[in-house]
Amino acid sequence: MTTEAIIRELKERFGPEITDTVKRNEKRYVVSINPGSLLKVAEYLYQEAGCRFIIASALHTKRGFEIHYHFSKDETGLILNIHVVLSHEKPQIESLSNMFNASNWIEREMHELFGIDFLNHPNQEKLISEGNWAEGVYPYRKDFNKS
Amino acid sequence: MSKKFLIPIGPYHPLQEEPELFKLYCEGEIVKDIKWETGYNHRGIEKLSESKTYDQVFFLVERICGICSTSHPFAFANAVEEICRIEVPDRAKYIRSIIGELERIHSHLLWVGLAGHFLGYNTVFMWAWKYREPVLDLFEMITGNRNSYAMFKVGGVRRDIEAAKIPAIRKVLAEVKKKTDLLTGAVMDDPVIHARTKGVGILTKQDILDFGAVGPTARASGVAIDVRKDDPYAAYPLVNWKVITAEEGDVFAKAKVRLLEMYESVSIIEQCLDGLLKEKEGDIAVKVKNIPEGMGTGRAEAPRGEVFHCVFSDGSNSPARHKIRAPSYVNIATFKKSCIGQSISDATISLAAVDPCYCCTERLAVAYDAGTGGKIMSGAEILKASADKTREIMSKLK
Amino acid sequence: MFHFGGASCNNCDIEILDCLTPRYDLERFGILLVGSIRHADVLLVNGSINMRDRDRLIEIYNQAPKPILVVAIGACGCTGGIFAEGNTFAGPVDKIIPVDAYIPGCPPKPEAIIAGLVKLVKSK
Repeated sequence: MTTEAIIRELKERFGPEITDTVKRNEKRYVVSINPGSLLKVAEYLYQEAGCRFIIASALHTKRGFEIHYHFSKDETGLILNIHVVLSHEKPQIESLSNMFNASNWIEREMHELFGIDFLNHPNQEKLISEGNWAEGVYPYRKDFNKS
Repeated sequence: MSKKFLIPIGPYHPLQEEPELFKLYCEGEIVKDIKWETGYNHRGIEKLSESKTYDQVFFLVERICGICSTSHPFAFANAVEEICRIEVPDRAKYIRSIIGELERIHSHLLWVGLAGHFLGYNTVFMWAWKYREPVLDLFEMITGNRNSYAMFKVGGVRRDIEAAKIPAIRKVLAEVKKKTDLLTGAVMDDPVIHARTKGVGILTKQDILDFGAVGPTARASGVAIDVRKDDPYAAYPLVNWKVITAEEGDVFAKAKVRLLEMYESVSIIEQCLDGLLKEKEGDIAVKVKNIPEGMGTGRAEAPRGEVFHCVFSDGSNSPARHKIRAPSYVNIATFKKSCIGQSISDATISLAAVDPCYCCTERLAVAYDAGTGGKIMSGAEILKASADKTREIMSKLK
Repeated sequence: MFHFGGASCNNCDIEILDCLTPRYDLERFGILLVGSIRHADVLLVNGSINMRDRDRLIEIYNQAPKPILVVAIGACGCTGGIFAEGNTFAGPVDKIIPVDAYIPGCPPKPEAIIAGLVKLVKSK
């Protein structure tokens, strides 16, 4: 499947759920979606489009908690970022780890570092924080009140 | 009626230099479940990166892992150069690939040595690490250090490889080829190694896809992914080489892939050296004034697989957010699939087969399972069990 | 010698192991790496100890038969190196246990490690 075909298919199937599409170059796309449609989009990418889940990057910005889910289409060199923005007050989103194992650890890590809740995660337990920082502390959160 | 044994491996175990705690839950001789704890190696590198300038980050990410030290600057440079939309000069591309491939060679040799050690073949360990030394000497000659080379910067490389150094490099490569022949022969034809590694620690194609595993771990199970071919960077599209794969997915296949990859690395370096001779000396970097706002994703094929960096820039001198994912992060998780159902003495080599680099993963997983009791084997005893099995097979084959 | 690696990049660990390989061959000096702290006279520590390692390090030190010589290896072992500003940093080593010798470097070459160890052993 070509990159163009995947992007086209995404737009056809999930059009109303897509809030923005940015093409940086032939092999780098960022597609922003409503958090509620993450599972469907990921399912399409993993099971039909043959994409591999690389990792997810979370960041805390003024908009809220943003997550980029990075998918790779190895046959074409495409890195497709599925981007969501979660609220400041209650950042939560469905876990991908019931679909595949590749996201299990990173979701636990994002939970420890940012306090994002991954709903229905098979085992949202501590990964790295034990002994390193206390529960309820989310070291990678930023403090925007000071501005 | 078999007893359940709880066998902790680690955290400070001669098998593994990095602190990590794996707990094997066994019934009799067979591993039934594995839990692991991490956190011993977490250094907060992603956050540290935000307080460093882009130039400084190269030194930081180099020290994520000592063995795949170049892959992180490589991926980081690719990410930042994507934000800047610049391309580095061809000479810099050749130099980057040379350093990357030299690292692959020394890393695979290191692995062969450790794998030999885990099987109880300490001679293999000594030989492999001895053959590594000339490669480390080369690094010292080219870059000034045996490890952590500080060769990368945004826009190119920091040091040139002058024509005068090239004959020395070719000489070492010729030696490496000879030694690889020796090691490959020793490993591939040895019936004891066959007995210890064939059919052991198998990962199927589906396992690889499920865990998103990468590198030789994936290629040994028939999943032909390699960033150098899939998403080409540096000099890899400028030279001829092939991706090495195997189908069986066991420890033997993983060893085979790594050994054969070394030949490809030698060939790539040779071609890059030829390329260097055609390019103007000194043209090793483009000037970069500042990093614009934006996001870049860069990746590189480390000896263990795909290294991925995602950099968010806000136009200032430091990254606003720097996400790092090392290959071991996805590869180690496959331990659960490849070791369950194996005997205790096979668990060590199955674990070693994914070439885990815990410091890359930045964490050690430790999973405690309360209330199992039963006899506990020490780490040295587990290593001894592995060596004993090798001896047993050796004596049977005589 | 017993080796304890904290939160490190592994370079020092590899260089220490390198000392055992034929080119450097530490055993010539009667120095052996052992698997248990109870059999050791020297404790090698490298890595920028994080909070989780700290308790383990103290435990290991307490288990060590006294007198024990402690050697902090590498920039991280000596001062925490580049990770000293990290959010989980709990070291450097000499803040946690007493240190008898420092071998700086990033990583220190095997020659430097051997020179440091021999100097230490001779001085005691």
